[in-house]
Amino acid sequence: MNATADAVTSPAATWSIDPQDTVMDCRLEKIFYGDFLAVRNSIVPIEKNKITGFIGPSGCGKSTVLRSLNRMNDLIPVFRFEGSVTYHGQDIYDKSIDPVLVRRYIGMVFQQPNPFSMSIYDNVAFGLRLNRYKGDLDERVEKALRSAALWTEVKDKLKNSGLSLSGGQQQRLCIARAVATEPDVLLMDEPCSALDPIATRQVEELMLELKEHYSVALVTHNMQQATRVADTTAFFSVDISQGSRTGYLVEMGETRQVFEDPQADLTKEYVSGEFS
Amino acid sequence: MASNPFAHVVTKVCGPPSAADYGADKLLRAVVWGAAAVILLLVTYIVFELGRQAFPAMLSFGPEFLYSTTWDVQAKQFGILPEIWGTLYSSLLALLLGGVLGVAIAIFLTQDFLDHRVSNVFRTIVEMLAAIPSVVYGLWGIYVLIPLIRPGANWLHDSLGWFPFFGTSLSGPGMAPAALVLAVMILPTVAAISVDAFKRVPYKVKEAAYGMGTTRWEAILKVMLPSASSGILAALVLGFGRALGETMALAMLIGNSNQISLSLFAPANTLASLLASSFPEAGPIEVQALMYAALALLAITLLVNVFGLWIMKAATRKFEGR
Ligand SMILES: Nc1ncnc2c1ncn2[C@@H]1O[C@H](COP(=O)(O)OP(=O)(O)O)[C@@H](O)[C@H]1O
Ligand SMILES: [Mg+2]
Repeated sequence: MNATADAVTSPAATWSIDPQDTVMDCRLEKIFYGDFLAVRNSIVPIEKNKITGFIGPSGCGKSTVLRSLNRMNDLIPVFRFEGSVTYHGQDIYDKSIDPVLVRRYIGMVFQQPNPFSMSIYDNVAFGLRLNRYKGDLDERVEKALRSAALWTEVKDKLKNSGLSLSGGQQQRLCIARAVATEPDVLLMDEPCSALDPIATRQVEELMLELKEHYSVALVTHNMQQATRVADTTAFFSVDISQGSRTGYLVEMGETRQVFEDPQADLTKEYVSGEFS
Repeated sequence: MASNPFAHVVTKVCGPPSAADYGADKLLRAVVWGAAAVILLLVTYIVFELGRQAFPAMLSFGPEFLYSTTWDVQAKQFGILPEIWGTLYSSLLALLLGGVLGVAIAIFLTQDFLDHRVSNVFRTIVEMLAAIPSVVYGLWGIYVLIPLIRPGANWLHDSLGWFPFFGTSLSGPGMAPAALVLAVMILPTVAAISVDAFKRVPYKVKEAAYGMGTTRWEAILKVMLPSASSGILAALVLGFGRALGETMALAMLIGNSNQISLSLFAPANTLASLLASSFPEAGPIEVQALMYAALALLAITLLVNVFGLWIMKAATRKFEGR
């Protein structure tokens, strides 16, 4: 392959799938915030029409990795990326690629609900208008709100501000906003951490529906959630040996295998809840 | 002081607030209520006193004072329509120019066009504009601005004179230099308050915008502006209020001419400038008329502020659902 392969030493990190089935081939060599090495040497393929779960202790770089996949981290001036993320044969970190373009195809749902200061309808229609969608806006908005399990609650007040909703409703609104444009890949960073169990299950059902047509990468701190929805699970951990706190991929594989027959001791400790 | 029914609870640390704590509480309450009362009394007193002094004029000139156009002390004819027009026209022009420029500067300073340190220096420079005394602006207008814009203004009049805004030539003081200086004077207010409004937009909202795949222009126009809109409107209302009441620079620059014209280059007058330039030599009857004019200025400022507050409320409700 290329030089990146040499840099990756952890055996579990070389887990691979048929290139035919990958929609994103992510070879993360080094991710820095300024001088701080946040993530190193992790190869994380995102499979087509699958849900790829990212688990690991907090601070191990799950969000950092996820946000590198649609160049969200480019907003942070001190962020620096080494490696490659190949999407439909194209390295999205290539100099010729505009990050704006990447984010049109690879959508994102954030951990904190972040609706725009505009009506519920306009929030959901935002991406459609941005992409100059010519079809029936109303129909798309309704469909997106339905799939985010929010339609019945808001159908009579679409003109109200998105910020007038409760926290859990706001998060589902953000999910509706993200799925309205039907992005090819959807990155979700702990999307359910602000939701109650019922809404959580509804969002999980949505993810399962979404993967029929799209691909999902999901960061979750909830291991039950990973076992419920993720086809593949990647376990990250923190290496504190050099006095720094650098995250890396410990093990990646089919979800059942990772949880029932983990290869690495670290994974075994984490999934059985012994992690300190 | 309230009695403590929990005094018997066995604990080494927890206990009731001391008498001094309660005393400080009461004192603080008295001070803030007092401050609020002083403000209210002061405003009431000013309006009352103004009204009392203007009352004879209100009786003798009636509402006609507000829509007649002569100010003739000899003939005892007083009307302030040209001044009302000049006040609103100059302030609107200033708001348009200073508002657009101020919001643009706020965007430039907050939306990652500049390194943080550079943008702080830039912001300080803009705010220093507010520290320049009004009379200095007036002098600058007379000696620098008017000579500077006169050739362009007269060229506009010569070639596009049929256009109402360019209907006269600029011979000296006039609406255009006055409005330009006013715009510069309200610029720091508008810019500083808009900067704060943009800074209050949470980072996660910006992230959400870029996460949808917006370009910077789209993120600013479609997301950041609506999010900051109530603060920006507050900035514009404050700027407009400042323009309405500005006196010294306008008295020096507007030409103090009692006429109503759309032309940017014609001399005009404003209420504040009328008051400032007429009081020193006014006889008793004229003073009463001037008090009436002052009351009108006060009413206009009040109406503008109420209207501004109403727009801000509407914007807050529309965009933020509060
Ligand atoms: N914007 C940032 N600037 C500097 N350091 C950051 C930034 N974001 C995250 N980090 C650091 O990177 C590491 C990984 O963070 P993160 O990706 O948020 O972890 P996780 O999502 O797994 O909890 C942490 O040590 C965190 O402090
Ligand atoms: Mg995180």
